[in-house]
Amino acid sequence: MSKKEIAFMKGNEALAEAALRAGMTGYYGYPITPQSEIMEYLTRQAPEYPHVTILQAESEVASVNMLYGAGGAGGRVMTSSSSPGYSLMQEGISYIACAEIPSVFVNVQRGGPGLGTIQPSQGDYFQAVKGGGHGDYRVIVFAPNSVQEMVDHTVLAFDLADKWRNPALILTDGAIGQMMEKVELPEHYKFRSAEDMRDEKPWATNGKKGGRKKNLLTSLNIKSEDMERKNHELQAKYGKICDEEVRYESYHLDDAEIIISAYGLSSRICKKVVDIGRAQGMKVGLLRPITLWPFPSKKIDELAKKENVKLFMSIEMSVGQMDEDIKLVVNGRKPVHHYGRTGGIIFTAEDILNQIKAKI
Amino acid sequence: MKDGYELVYKRPDTLLSKRMHYCPGCFHSTMHKIIMEVVDEMGIAEETIGVSPVGCSVFAYDYMDIDFQQAAHGRACAVATGIKRSLPDKFVFTYQGDGDLAAIGTAETIHSCNRGENFTIFFINNAIYGMTGGQMAPTTLEGQKTSTSPYGRDVKHVGHPLRMAEMVSQLPGVAYCERLVLNTPANVRKAKKSIKKAFDIQKQGLGMTFLEVVSNCPSGWKCSPVQSLDFVGENMLKYYPLGVKKDVTANSN
Repeated sequence: MSKKEIAFMKGNEALAEAALRAGMTGYYGYPITPQSEIMEYLTRQAPEYPHVTILQAESEVASVNMLYGAGGAGGRVMTSSSSPGYSLMQEGISYIACAEIPSVFVNVQRGGPGLGTIQPSQGDYFQAVKGGGHGDYRVIVFAPNSVQEMVDHTVLAFDLADKWRNPALILTDGAIGQMMEKVELPEHYKFRSAEDMRDEKPWATNGKKGGRKKNLLTSLNIKSEDMERKNHELQAKYGKICDEEVRYESYHLDDAEIIISAYGLSSRICKKVVDIGRAQGMKVGLLRPITLWPFPSKKIDELAKKENVKLFMSIEMSVGQMDEDIKLVVNGRKPVHHYGRTGGIIFTAEDILNQIKAKI
Repeated sequence: MKDGYELVYKRPDTLLSKRMHYCPGCFHSTMHKIIMEVVDEMGIAEETIGVSPVGCSVFAYDYMDIDFQQAAHGRACAVATGIKRSLPDKFVFTYQGDGDLAAIGTAETIHSCNRGENFTIFFINNAIYGMTGGQMAPTTLEGQKTSTSPYGRDVKHVGHPLRMAEMVSQLPGVAYCERLVLNTPANVRKAKKSIKKAFDIQKQGLGMTFLEVVSNCPSGWKCSPVQSLDFVGENMLKYYPLGVKKDVTANSN
């Protein structure tokens, strides 16, 4: 076994390094705080990766459409942005989802709505997990809670995007993006160009070489019957993704009476809440969704069925978004509460604990 | 020679034998045909990827028997950038109308040209939004009536029509830029030569090749196909003069 490669890196930079190691063929981006380090890092490393296209586009609108073209040509492609910029990409993601073009997106969230603040936030949950653009589609959403997971989820996002021919999103925030932590870097994938991946991507528009039939990537299904058929195909695929790709972490859930649910940065604080609560004799546990879509609905349902579970508490850096999805699963069987801060204000473990105590 | 006759004209192999949805007299069908003739003659059907826009020619892929991507409205140049950067040895072109290229997609057009992307833009300028039913375009002529300029384009209110070929020819990234028209057989033959030249320059990797085609829209202009040719000759070509606007290969020839 080769020696582990350990580094001390910023979240955004570790993510960028992971993308290069995961065999990314193209990155198309536009600067926005707090994620500009991703393209800065990539452009700095560019001389070492002459076959990787790293291009600063004229806008997020252009970036997402470059991704459509480059992913459609058969490459492994990524873009990154932060909340307002990710909003600009939504039209393109809808097209990409319908044309089923593998592509990786990164949203290092900042506070909104509007131009908002450059401080961290989790206010884009709805946009991320409900589609975000127009039409019935879904994006695979990862919620890393450490610099290590920025790396691990990036590699996974590329692989799952290819596996399912679907956009995959790393939904993180300004704090995870900016913080520095120890991280173990993955081994380099063998670099393969879009042309090299011709055999495994027979749908790609890379020239109908060898007499194959022409390939078409489109999101236009102008006949009603065709559009509905396409929607059924997409929904069938999403159903399989829900069956196979749910990821979550359980922390002291076995005997828990109070179920905290939190993802990303909030989940780190909530682990501490569990530790403090347990030390004070409270039976509290944490369910941390790692994939926000597909959502760990089965696990929540299982918990809602348990007699000893008294309540759910969704802790988010928003005014309450994920709590709605928990409520959908719990369906009135147990109370579901929410506590959150916005504008980049991060709650302390004590704040959260006090909020929980007020509910029991 | 076949059955005593010499075959002097046929449908290009890469132009599928299909009834087109274009209106009678529209230049799109002619333009499709001559692009595919060039692709056939150069033998590059297996190495060419087209990008279709939003507008009447969104269905270009129904007729051209090559790989295709259909882009969001105005974003064909961004899509083509992604394709060409991924597959630098292939031939890539966009096929766009005036609303797509010169209104909603202006930024993508200008920046792709400025970066000197090595693909070819076919810009079909018929001064109107055809597919949505004849609304005013960025290239609608002064005084020209459309469904959203029913009293004629008032340039004080909505600005002057854009001359895209002249604009993009100012950019260092553009290697070749010409404005063409398809209103006579001679002009069609001329246009075909320009398409071939654009693909040759693309192969050499010299930068963006931009061909603007002054086109017609009998349905949108509410006239007969023949009358539309008159309008092209009498009005369009006065504001949109034909000719090579830029050619970086001119001195070396």
